[in-house]
Amino acid sequence: MSHEHFISKAISPWMKSGPGPDGDIVLSTRVRLARNLENYPFPIVASNDAAEALLETVSKEFSNTSFSSVGPLELLKLNDFSSNEKKVLVEKHLISPHLAENAYYGGVLLSEDESVSIMLNEEDHIRMQSLFRGFQLDEGLSFSNELDDWMEERVTYAFDEKRGFLTSCPTNVGTGMRASVMMHLPALVMTQQLNRILPAINQLGLVVRGIYGEGSEAQGNLFQISNQMTLGKSEEDIIDDLKGVVTQVIQQERSAREALMRSSKIQMEDKVFRSYGLLKNSRVMESKEATKRLSDVRLGIDLDLITGISGNILNELMILTQPGFLQQYAGEELTADERDVRRAALIRERMQIEMQNEE
Amino acid sequence: MLCQECQNHQATLHFTKIVNGKKEEMHLCDECARDKGEHIPGSNSYSIHELLSGLLNFEQLSSNNSFKSSRASAPEQLVCEQCGLTYNQFAKTGRFGCGHCYKAFDVKLDPILKRVHSGNYRHAGKIPKRAGGKMQVQKQIDNLREQLQNSIEQEEFEEAAQLRDQIRELEGTMRGGEGDA
Repeated sequence: MSHEHFISKAISPWMKSGPGPDGDIVLSTRVRLARNLENYPFPIVASNDAAEALLETVSKEFSNTSFSSVGPLELLKLNDFSSNEKKVLVEKHLISPHLAENAYYGGVLLSEDESVSIMLNEEDHIRMQSLFRGFQLDEGLSFSNELDDWMEERVTYAFDEKRGFLTSCPTNVGTGMRASVMMHLPALVMTQQLNRILPAINQLGLVVRGIYGEGSEAQGNLFQISNQMTLGKSEEDIIDDLKGVVTQVIQQERSAREALMRSSKIQMEDKVFRSYGLLKNSRVMESKEATKRLSDVRLGIDLDLITGISGNILNELMILTQPGFLQQYAGEELTADERDVRRAALIRERMQIEMQNEE
Repeated sequence: MLCQECQNHQATLHFTKIVNGKKEEMHLCDECARDKGEHIPGSNSYSIHELLSGLLNFEQLSSNNSFKSSRASAPEQLVCEQCGLTYNQFAKTGRFGCGHCYKAFDVKLDPILKRVHSGNYRHAGKIPKRAGGKMQVQKQIDNLREQLQNSIEQEEFEEAAQLRDQIRELEGTMRGGEGDA
């Protein structure tokens, strides 16, 4: 299958060029726009025939087209994929869990570097997301705007002057935009400051979620901060509000890291190197422990305690060690125990390769 | 507190109505709220109870609130004529069936949207180029029509004729502009 690389490579090409702006804390920025086509029922009530017709219409317009700098878009029809392959796409954040599990005639248009993913027949007809390294909300917004305009040249959106872009769920109506910033906040978690910050963030109309979106648990000190409100404010204002809060959180995390290094340097070193040792030597590792240890090592790299390995390998390992990926690698279904053994082996291997490259 | 309607039962519903900037506090018992809701003249003919139940249903879904509304909703039922979704179905699932549902359920949406979007119910963001272009012209036409009506009423026929020509021209561009984008 020509889409092999979407499944087999853990790290998306767009991530490879190293960390982006404020990359010591912000891993990535994502802007998602929800759009629906006029005169088609929304996916949630659409009959199989209607859903298929929508997928055909949109894919006819866009499959193998090229959009600006990201180049050609390739269409993946989810019915062609096994459930484990779909799991892998979710683990890579290329599609949502909802699309993988629930959608009839779901599809996704992917750019080759995987920075653009346009889901079809998700909760809405079209959900386009663009991903950026580090903290790049303005770039994300202007890129998404262009992508949106380009799509609108070929299909007619369901839009209403009063309510804006019409979406299946009233929580998305208006701009249809959800912008989110993925942050690594170990020091705020360690110092228990995050518990105080989160309610304040919620009061500002923003939400904090785990890394796999709505309802997912925070893993490895990774948090997604995004706008909750989509109606009544312009896209620019929403982005500005989010930017202001994220900037604050970045500053807080930095000063917490500095304070920890001042007050308890040796304990920090111990924590970081202990986890580093575990990753390099363990024979059995559960998923939860892996994300925790990887977070410690990432912190160690960002604090210059650990040198000689790149943050990229951590991004890669975070995805590679997910259940779907492990099974894809093994080529068979694995029990939880088998996965833990394979996970440990994979991490050891990668760490070794990385260290040899350094020498 | 006793119900301000019957002065008989405990008031269980407390809410503030703001109409044209005027604030009005209401304290009603269940029964009166139900009755009043359906019989207040000029209240857009939707029942307070149904509105609340919709909101509660909706809230239940979105935040797993344990608050349950036990009564069946009011008999009057909104239906989207395009996809067939009823308002009750929408309230149950919290999802619209198609773009037209927004129009079909319009009278009930403001409070729900305000709730979800920190008090906002009107779009203030991007207008799509294609659909939006037409929309802006349509707005202009509506304005001119209003002026035309005025000038006819005031017997300023020369101006009316000018306005009529302008409207025709805009309508022409709308029809002609449909093909290109």
